[in-house]
Amino acid sequence: MRWSKILTLAVILVAVIAVALTAGAPLPIFKDNNWLPWGKKITLGLDLQGGVHVVLEAKDTPESKVNDDAMNRAVAILQNRINATGVAEPLIQRQGSKRIIVELAGIQDPEQAVRDMIKPAYLEFKTEDGQTIVTGKDLKDATEGRDGNSGQVMVNIKFNAAGTQKFAQATSQNVGKKIGIYLDGVMLQNPVVQEPIPNGEARITGYADLDEAHKIAIQLRSGALPVQLDVMAKTTVGPQLGQDSLASSLKAGIVGLIAILVFMVVYYRLPGLVADFSLAIYALIVLVIFIGIHATMTLPGIAGFLLSLAIAVDANVIIFERIKEELRTGKTIRSAIDAGFKRGFVAVFDANMTTLIAAVVLYYFGTGPIRGFAVTLGIGIIASLITAVTVTRWMLHLTADTNLVKNTKYYGA
Amino acid sequence: MFSFIRHRKIWYILSLLVVLPGVVSIVLQGFNLGIDFTGGNLMEIRAKQNVAIGDVRAVVEELKYGASDNVQQSGERDYLIRTKNLSETESAKLVSALNEKLGGVTLMQNNMVGPVMGRELAFKAILALLIAAVLMLIYISYRFEPKQGIAAVIAIVHDILVVLGIFSIFRLEVNSTFVAAVLTITGYSINDTIVIFDRIRENMRSRRKGESLEDLVNISIWQTMTRSINTILTVMFVLLALFIIGHSTVKDFLLALIIGVVTGAYSSVLNASPIWVDLKLLEQKKQA
Repeated sequence: MRWSKILTLAVILVAVIAVALTAGAPLPIFKDNNWLPWGKKITLGLDLQGGVHVVLEAKDTPESKVNDDAMNRAVAILQNRINATGVAEPLIQRQGSKRIIVELAGIQDPEQAVRDMIKPAYLEFKTEDGQTIVTGKDLKDATEGRDGNSGQVMVNIKFNAAGTQKFAQATSQNVGKKIGIYLDGVMLQNPVVQEPIPNGEARITGYADLDEAHKIAIQLRSGALPVQLDVMAKTTVGPQLGQDSLASSLKAGIVGLIAILVFMVVYYRLPGLVADFSLAIYALIVLVIFIGIHATMTLPGIAGFLLSLAIAVDANVIIFERIKEELRTGKTIRSAIDAGFKRGFVAVFDANMTTLIAAVVLYYFGTGPIRGFAVTLGIGIIASLITAVTVTRWMLHLTADTNLVKNTKYYGA
Repeated sequence: MFSFIRHRKIWYILSLLVVLPGVVSIVLQGFNLGIDFTGGNLMEIRAKQNVAIGDVRAVVEELKYGASDNVQQSGERDYLIRTKNLSETESAKLVSALNEKLGGVTLMQNNMVGPVMGRELAFKAILALLIAAVLMLIYISYRFEPKQGIAAVIAIVHDILVVLGIFSIFRLEVNSTFVAAVLTITGYSINDTIVIFDRIRENMRSRRKGESLEDLVNISIWQTMTRSINTILTVMFVLLALFIIGHSTVKDFLLALIIGVVTGAYSSVLNASPIWVDLKLLEQKKQA
């Protein structure tokens, strides 16, 4: 027996177990353990916490044609509107010349969010004979509030210099007549002008609650969309489904994982146990990479991770089978391990490279969820290659060197 | 030792027996395409109380959003509703109608795909498959030999046809996650094949004089048999666990993977290597 080797092995085992336990913290199963150092570092995708993915396509309107400038302005306006609602880390990006992709995670009512987002918010003040006096372009600010006396919910509007002038002129010409306020062609109010309004301020009332007024104010403030945006494709996941999916896939993942770990020990004995530990290290490496690249964990992502785990197990299986063969030819444990790795690795390498090709192609051609799958699969394959040749091999050597187990039977031979 | 190679005609016939009905079904009745390909709306709701599936249908029919036979129970009180392409307003109208008539519903998910997007997806999927196949062919030709590349790709085509065929025959929905499943199967099935080819490559180097190609390949298959079985077992543990416990929305994806892993293992052992033997023998015959 070599106590120094045994000690090294023991230290590694304890370290791996300790890190593995704390690393469980990003997973919601340990979500109450806020003291754990890794805590909640992995963002959940919208399929796991609820949210919406929507592809918008711009259409020409009589007022303006779709061009690069209009699209950039539309993105900016969407950004303003979404930021004002306080959604964390929204994704808003242009795709091609006419499309915008928006992803919002962790919102309670994804359907409503989409409707609010793509409202044109074209504001007009019109006279009785249908002439437009001022539009959203003349607006300086819009805020929601309550009337100090009546408590009525309202949206306060301030016009810019040009708007103030136009509004003052129009109100002075239309005293005693009505001026209609239209949002997206729908009349909101049709008040009678009591007296000329020279200060460029107006108010719109008639909202059910402050929340509704707030939404309208955001839309007015962020301005009218320069183009009409139509929903081309939309995926909304309610928070309920997100919770269900997360819980069930975690449960399934844990059951599958335990089955693999038990199988490896039962079938491969000592190397199986070593493989289980190197799989734990493998999982940790993958987790660290996910956190490092700020990957978002989605359902297909979890599937990709589990598949890569199966591939990592396969690498171990291939190598262990070779070690068993080498042992049968009468080699010592140490040289059997070396020969087994040398011969097994070529097969592992070629097999993983071809799968990696599939993952890369998936990444380039896939969208959204398929990409998430490809990323985790790809990272998993590379991490599996590295851990198989470094960690598993080193651990096996170390175990063999302790001389604790001399009988080759425990190596499955 | 049982010779897999000597009996290779049996495996070819078995493969054809599985593939042909599927191909006939694909040609005659095509696929049950999901909204990802056809465009349309797919909504899942959870009712707050027990409701009859007929009541859910009635609401959809009343609004004339079409496809009333496409209401399907997906959980205890969960229903999948497939309709025509719904605008944002129509979508909202359907939810509020369901909410009103079924005594309260929670919207679990709502997916809408415009028809243009569907065509793009189909095109991209086929392109991705072709490119993946060509790249793998190049890689295997470089690392092994071109004939093994061809044999491996034939095995992949076999696996894809089996999965496509089963999905066509049983009218299972083909959507974008199915495309991902097919691509995964491609990557996984080739993984199996490569490990056997690697053994053949190694044994070819130490081939004894007079040892027939059939025997050499057969020995290689047997040498890798434990690995082939163990690998399937470990993958199946994960896939079956996900299939049994997982949410209904990913079940079709997992089913495709399970079929693919089984047919992938079959084709790696019983198609790819035998086909390579046949290609090699054909070459020898030509030279003679």
